Amino acid sequence: MELTQMESRQPPPVRRLTPGTTLKSWPSARQPASVPAPELGQTPAQQNGTPLVTTKRTEREIVPTIDRMHVDEVSIAYGQKLAVRSVSLPIRQGEVLALIGPSGCGKTTLLRSLNRLTELTRTASLSGRITLDGTDIATLEPTTLRRRVTMVFQQPNPFPMSIFDNIAYVLREQARRRPRKGALRPAVEDALARAGLLEEVKDNLDHPALRLSGGQQQRLCIARALAARPEVLLLDEPCSALDPQSTKVIEDLVVKLREEVAVVIVTHNLQQAFRIADHTAFMYLGELVEYGSANALFGNPRQQRTRDYISGAFG
Amino acid sequence: MTSSTTPELPKPSPAPRNAGERRGPRESSSSWRLTDRLGLALAWVLGVLFCVIAVAIVVFLAVQGLRYLHPSLLWTNPKVSNTQRGSGGFLDPLLGTLIVGVISLSLAGPIGVGIAVWLVEYGRPKLLARLVESTVEMLAGTPSIVLALFGLLIFETKVTGFLSAINGGIVFGKSCFIAGIMLLFVALPYVVATVREGLQAIPNHVREASYALGKSKIATIRRVLLPSVRPSVITGSMLGFGHTIGDTTIILLLMGDTQVLQGVGHVPLLGILRGTGSTMTSYIFDNAPTGDLNHPQLAYAAAFVLLLIVLALNLIVDIFARRSRELRWS
Repeated sequence: MELTQMESRQPPPVRRLTPGTTLKSWPSARQPASVPAPELGQTPAQQNGTPLVTTKRTEREIVPTIDRMHVDEVSIAYGQKLAVRSVSLPIRQGEVLALIGPSGCGKTTLLRSLNRLTELTRTASLSGRITLDGTDIATLEPTTLRRRVTMVFQQPNPFPMSIFDNIAYVLREQARRRPRKGALRPAVEDALARAGLLEEVKDNLDHPALRLSGGQQQRLCIARALAARPEVLLLDEPCSALDPQSTKVIEDLVVKLREEVAVVIVTHNLQQAFRIADHTAFMYLGELVEYGSANALFGNPRQQRTRDYISGAFG
Repeated sequence: MTSSTTPELPKPSPAPRNAGERRGPRESSSSWRLTDRLGLALAWVLGVLFCVIAVAIVVFLAVQGLRYLHPSLLWTNPKVSNTQRGSGGFLDPLLGTLIVGVISLSLAGPIGVGIAVWLVEYGRPKLLARLVESTVEMLAGTPSIVLALFGLLIFETKVTGFLSAINGGIVFGKSCFIAGIMLLFVALPYVVATVREGLQAIPNHVREASYALGKSKIATIRRVLLPSVRPSVITGSMLGFGHTIGDTTIILLLMGDTQVLQGVGHVPLLGILRGTGSTMTSYIFDNAPTGDLNHPQLAYAAAFVLLLIVLALNLIVDIFARRSRELRWS
């Protein structure tokens, strides 16, 4: 009922933009589906004259994409409660895929199913198929899968040991012979460099990781996840516990990382999703409502529910 | 690197001044009902009284102890004598305390950590976990005389004969080993409880972070969780150690209660462990005015030394408890 009311409403008067306002209401006049997506680096608003999000996309180079994972008709239930309903998605290297949607819409559950972390919940059950480079992930050892699909969490959670050991922990296999510190050093420094943390910590690699700032801790967690040389990097609201400066550093990092790994990021922050994502999936009540390029989804959503969510009608 | 702009954010409002300072008058209890005011007064008086009693004990022991304590007591063996002067020092009981403490701790530490890890990280089947949990709790409440009697029962059998002296085929059943083993049950509940709390305080996302890097559960426990609870392990062990060295009944019944460490056989260290001896507590017990020897001055001196050891242990516990609070995840 609400939806039809909204549709019949007159376009809202154009309001003056004030900094700090995050979302603008969307004109109710629908755009024809053939409107081309805006150029990269521009706000989608410029094409329609009314801004939707007051932020600019992070600059990026266009890189070739490689299909990494396919989510195929996946449904996940906790006991009797269906959390994800028949979702299908491609996950590609060279792209940042953002999962957006209101709380409890199943986006984190979907993300955790990509490295079978959902299996840690006793009541969770999954149907459908997820493939990694063509292999069904259900046939892989969980530890093998999770080395190829690593994850960074909402709270920065470095292990209570030195910065060096946090990374070295990932590099050490479960073998009887443990490699010496010196042998691991290049790999540790490489991982830190890829996460853009090396310059800041290279002189204090033996300091406790928990003494780093929140943003540094989160980049250490990203470095740790990269140290396993994964094909896919999962990020579960990695910036929600961080300040704006640290968030910006991590956003830039994520956009750069998509050249070497497929990146999937769950975020509540629509501005952030628009800034960094190449493709965006909007989920609502466990369903994948809309999937498309970030420019198209934010600039010209096909679904009314997406439009309402992005324009702040609910969420 | 990029030219994108971050959205401008409103400036954070300045922190309120004198945050944490009390403003305005305190809430007065004068408006309370009489019974409430009496209750408050009673609580206050009892609190102060408790402190006074605790301080009185320490001061009394310190005064008495310092009066009779000569440094030479610490490195003189006890001797049989009718006079307090001639009875020597308490080197052997001091060593005995150390020996049984170390034996019980080296057993209770690993076992306790193992139980705690199993309870928190596995704990399946649930019924068994609950059973283990309540067993450990029951152990903490068991009087040590019961443990001592039980120890007498098992350690006098032939199977456990290697732990004590055997004379003419009869197992003596009293030795440093046996006392240390039984004291394991005194220390165990403290280790289990402290390590369990430490493990439970680790947020779940830390475990998941390790799994999400392709690490198995056992690798996570070994390389992430156990290093994280190291302060708890030390705290629990020190608490257990404190209670171990304070125990008297198990020592009296299972250590033979001989003033000096009487070794068995010719193997140097093993012989002492298999032999009988005493600890500071049993030494104090024997020398107390009601004891067999009745040398109260020595008892006071020994009690003071024991008090110092326990205070030092508490200090260590405090330091590590504080350190474990220092480095935490948000």
